Amino acid sequence: MSITSQIGPAGDSVTIRIQGRFDFSAHQAFRESYEHLDGSVKEYRIDLQETSYLDSSALGMLLLLRDFAGGDDADIKILNCNDEVKKIFAISNFEQLFEIR
Amino acid sequence: MPSSQPPLKILIVEDSASDRLLLERIVLDQGYQTVTAEDGREAIRQFKHEKPAMVLMDALMPDIDGMEAAREIKKIAGENFVPILFLTSLTDDEALVACLEAGGDDFLSKPYRPVVIAAKIQVFRRMLQLQRALKKQRDEIAKSNEHFMQEQLVAKKVYDNVAHMGCLDQINIKHMLSPMSVFNGDVLLAARKPSGGLVMFLGDFTGHGLPAAIGAMPLAEIFYSMVAKGFGTESILHEINLKLKGILPVGFFCCAAMVDISYAKRRAKIWNGGLPDLMMRRADGIVERIASDHLPLGILAAEKFDSSTTILDMRMDDRLYIWSDGIVELRNARGEQYGLDRLHEWLHHDDAEKIFEYMLEGAKKFAGYGNYEDDLTLAEIKMVEDIWSIQDQDQDTFSTTALRGARDWSFTYEMFDDTIREFNPIPLMLHVSMEVPELKAYSQDLYTLFAELISNAIDHGLLGLDSRLKANATGFKRYYELREEGLRALQGQCVRINVRHHPVSGGGTLIIRVEDSGEGFDYSKLDLSFPEASKFSGRGLPLVRSLCESLEFKEKGNVVQAEYRWISELEKGKILAKAVI
Repeated sequence: MSITSQIGPAGDSVTIRIQGRFDFSAHQAFRESYEHLDGSVKEYRIDLQETSYLDSSALGMLLLLRDFAGGDDADIKILNCNDEVKKIFAISNFEQLFEIR
Repeated sequence: MPSSQPPLKILIVEDSASDRLLLERIVLDQGYQTVTAEDGREAIRQFKHEKPAMVLMDALMPDIDGMEAAREIKKIAGENFVPILFLTSLTDDEALVACLEAGGDDFLSKPYRPVVIAAKIQVFRRMLQLQRALKKQRDEIAKSNEHFMQEQLVAKKVYDNVAHMGCLDQINIKHMLSPMSVFNGDVLLAARKPSGGLVMFLGDFTGHGLPAAIGAMPLAEIFYSMVAKGFGTESILHEINLKLKGILPVGFFCCAAMVDISYAKRRAKIWNGGLPDLMMRRADGIVERIASDHLPLGILAAEKFDSSTTILDMRMDDRLYIWSDGIVELRNARGEQYGLDRLHEWLHHDDAEKIFEYMLEGAKKFAGYGNYEDDLTLAEIKMVEDIWSIQDQDQDTFSTTALRGARDWSFTYEMFDDTIREFNPIPLMLHVSMEVPELKAYSQDLYTLFAELISNAIDHGLLGLDSRLKANATGFKRYYELREEGLRALQGQCVRINVRHHPVSGGGTLIIRVEDSGEGFDYSKLDLSFPEASKFSGRGLPLVRSLCESLEFKEKGNVVQAEYRWISELEKGKILAKAVI
């Protein structure tokens, strides 16, 4: 499992990539990937391209990020989900909280 | 002449002994080697024997005269340039022309003037050097070209092994792909989805030859492995784009289209990045086009890449046509292009069964039978009702992948203190479970079941942690700190996982039972509905509940059993087909 974050060219967005399993063992690294960012970051892009699986604590972590990024005003996009992961998000009604692509 | 160069050997053919001596003297004085002959016959023999670089030849000699000897010498020399200078007292134009026609390269007129002879020999010496340099280069090029062709054949072989394990031969697909297509930059792939549908990919690399072939290899690998694992079109496109962006030099890219056909849903998902419009020819004759609305693959960085698809409902016998530029840009002898209009015209033909053949035949006729197929890729996919007849066709591959394999089994895995502390059993569980053919397509479901049930048993069953701690970021952190502490302190505990699979018609049932050595809990009031968005925890069991047929806690609450039922996508198609009929 590895998590990397990259600030976009304009400085107002960040792309966080999760490789491997996105589970409770990722919580520290995931939090660190956005907590240190300065206030100019408005858009959070979570790239699940290389994520093999996610569990329910990953859902919790995404909600924590949403809280951190401004709750209902948060701009968080979850990118590159495969169909199965999409299903998990759909069952959990996450589609109402995040922009899932 | 410069002394550093090896002396040139010159054959002097002259029937008059005095003239021969005189000439020999002049030539020797210039520092050349000489060989002599008295007549044409001897000249030919000497030429074969001594291999001179140049010939000074008397035009008029008895027996075989100079001209005949010259013809013979030129024939023997073949592609080697051997200058022949005629020595002649002839002055009439016709005789001089006859000398040149016999293969002579120049004249030296009698009487001999040493300075002129020396100068002419020098001129031809330079020509000889030039010719040798050219020949050497030509031979080198020919050799490296041959080498290159050899390598291409090997590369083609390797590529074929990678690319041709697809299902282009399914009965509802027609395709034309030129034999050396990969070196033209065209790639046509098709694979069956684990869920029973079909994915086709047509790519057209910029440039021909090696860059295209190199790009095609990882592309085919990604395509086949991801389709087989059940990834969606979007993910596959993302992966291919990422790969090509990484390996192709700037300025090289791949125009491509991907078509994802679902027989059960009667639907096509289409992505077109830079290829000519895909054409849909409905069963009722209406023609629709699906234009490119994306950039080609290998240009955009991953975060800018857009994999969104166009979704089209398809009815029975609707046909989808896909081609690369090759057939459009096909030219006839007059340099005119075959063009889209001519291709599109065929789509309106009454006999839909034959459109594909008409298009191809039309292209052949237009370009003239010959080189037409050098750069031509064209495919047709038909929506079919009877997916069973397709499956019958490749029953062999189908029965090995789907009907055989581990289907009725159970295993029990017990973890004790150290293993609970140190080992993540989920990959092992998945590995065993996915030996059931077709269950691979549900790997995220299985992951969810195992992950939630096992972590539930450990976190709550053994360690008695309270999820409500996860009320905020610090709580989250605290929760996992407590978990670590609890795991370190484990003593004499056990988690027992029992997994059982048995097949049912058109699918199977997987039963997962997890038992922990903890105290259990009162599950009579357990609420399995999803918590509100403001709660950061409590989604594990509701998720499991919604994926499963049943989820039951047993005994004192330290045993949980989930029953997961899966239906093969084929079966889904069957049910749907029945509903339609």
